[in-house]
Amino acid sequence: MRIGTDRDRCIGAGMCVLTAPEVFDQDAEDGRVLLLDAEPPDGLQGAARRASFLCPSGAISTTSPDRPAPRPPHRG
Amino acid sequence: MQHRTPEHAAERPTEPGPGRSEPVPFPRDRPKGCPFDPPTELAHIRAERPLVRLAYPDGPPGWLATGHAVVRAVLADPRFSGRYELLRLPFPGMPAEGLPPAPIGDLTGIDPPEHTRLRKPLAGKFTVRRMRLLTERVEQITAECLDAMAEHGPPVDLLTMYAQPIPTMMICELLGAPYADHAFFRRHTETLISQSAPGAEQEAALAAIHEYLGELVLAKRANPTDDLLSDLTDTDLTDAELAGVGGFLLGAGLDTTASMLALGTFALLRDPDQLAALRTGDGDGIDRAVEELMRYLAIAETGARAALEDVELDGQLIKAGETVVLSLLAANRDPERFPDPDTLDLRRNATGHLGFGHGVHQCLGQQLARVEMRVAFPALFARFPTLRLAVPPEEVPLRSAANIYGVRGLPVTWDGV
Repeated sequence: MRIGTDRDRCIGAGMCVLTAPEVFDQDAEDGRVLLLDAEPPDGLQGAARRASFLCPSGAISTTSPDRPAPRPPHRG
Repeated sequence: MQHRTPEHAAERPTEPGPGRSEPVPFPRDRPKGCPFDPPTELAHIRAERPLVRLAYPDGPPGWLATGHAVVRAVLADPRFSGRYELLRLPFPGMPAEGLPPAPIGDLTGIDPPEHTRLRKPLAGKFTVRRMRLLTERVEQITAECLDAMAEHGPPVDLLTMYAQPIPTMMICELLGAPYADHAFFRRHTETLISQSAPGAEQEAALAAIHEYLGELVLAKRANPTDDLLSDLTDTDLTDAELAGVGGFLLGAGLDTTASMLALGTFALLRDPDQLAALRTGDGDGIDRAVEELMRYLAIAETGARAALEDVELDGQLIKAGETVVLSLLAANRDPERFPDPDTLDLRRNATGHLGFGHGVHQCLGQQLARVEMRVAFPALFARFPTLRLAVPPEEVPLRSAANIYGVRGLPVTWDGV
């Protein structure tokens, strides 16, 4: 799964930080979303998807490959 | 997962449900003896169709959205406007041609990009982390209120001795009102949110607060301190906008949190099982409890948006200019989104509720409200384990005609020590 964020749409409500604090943070200055992990591990993907759903401004997208692609052994 | 996407709403059949070809009047009356339940008619309407034509006391019909997915879709859709002057509300005494436009600094009644310009500098002041850093201060203020209650002795009005002072003190400090002004500030805000003060007194209090905020902005520009208003003097907001934003934050942050604390306490006292669940809840438990109380009580029960262009929704055509009245209360009780929705269940996962709204206008202060609630509810019941209503529940005065649902007072008592 890959996560995308749109900081122009973000309103800094903080729902993502409440929902998936390992994946999202807020900028201390303007409150807007900071992406901590664009390709979260399996254990955090559910929370990341919920954060995307809960985001009031639609600033978080998640994309999954149509069929499970072989995962690279290491991610940068 | 039970999440329904907004697109879901568009998949419904195009024909209106049986018996709903006529616009419905807006249901206002809650069932007698059930102060926490929505008007019964709202549930009937939602069950038949989540978006229906709405009758107005005068003028052409609008729309009423009651289903969670539809209400959420409207709130998220930039084709709908929140500008007050475009909104028609179906309540007696409301102007037939739209409300007065938003006063300067009122973020609720304006759209992007103007809304974005005002909200952006504020968002960084209300982040999850910043608000959690205030936890200790909320605990101190809460303890002071509990001390004052104990000193006064039972019975007390929980609204004026607990539910109102906590958010008042917090917003006072957040804005950066000097300590010497706290009494002035508190007196006027209490008049403003009082359920009994005469209209003229409330207007005078409002004028005094606006004058005070105007002076406070000038003082912060001259001598910045460590607070929200001082920080905002660094932005491109004008003095009038800063004072307006200060007034807006007061209006948005006092009555709402106060109502949640008082009405929430009322609900918990009426439901011993849930009160027990609150007492035994750990950190995660209290977080869930707060979300569920937000869902269940839905004190900001009704919103509205106006279509800026023709929009097809739920298989129906909303024409440009028409108002959609949004029942956040009905949406939070939608059985398609929350199983057994009319039961208060502090252990459920209530996320996705619309208690703080949705879309770009979702509550700016929600993280502060969460901190206040997660401190204040448990602290109250820990300090007064025998807390109970001092009057029969049907005698608790409700404020049904207000923007924000709640109680006009909550007489409570406890066993002395």
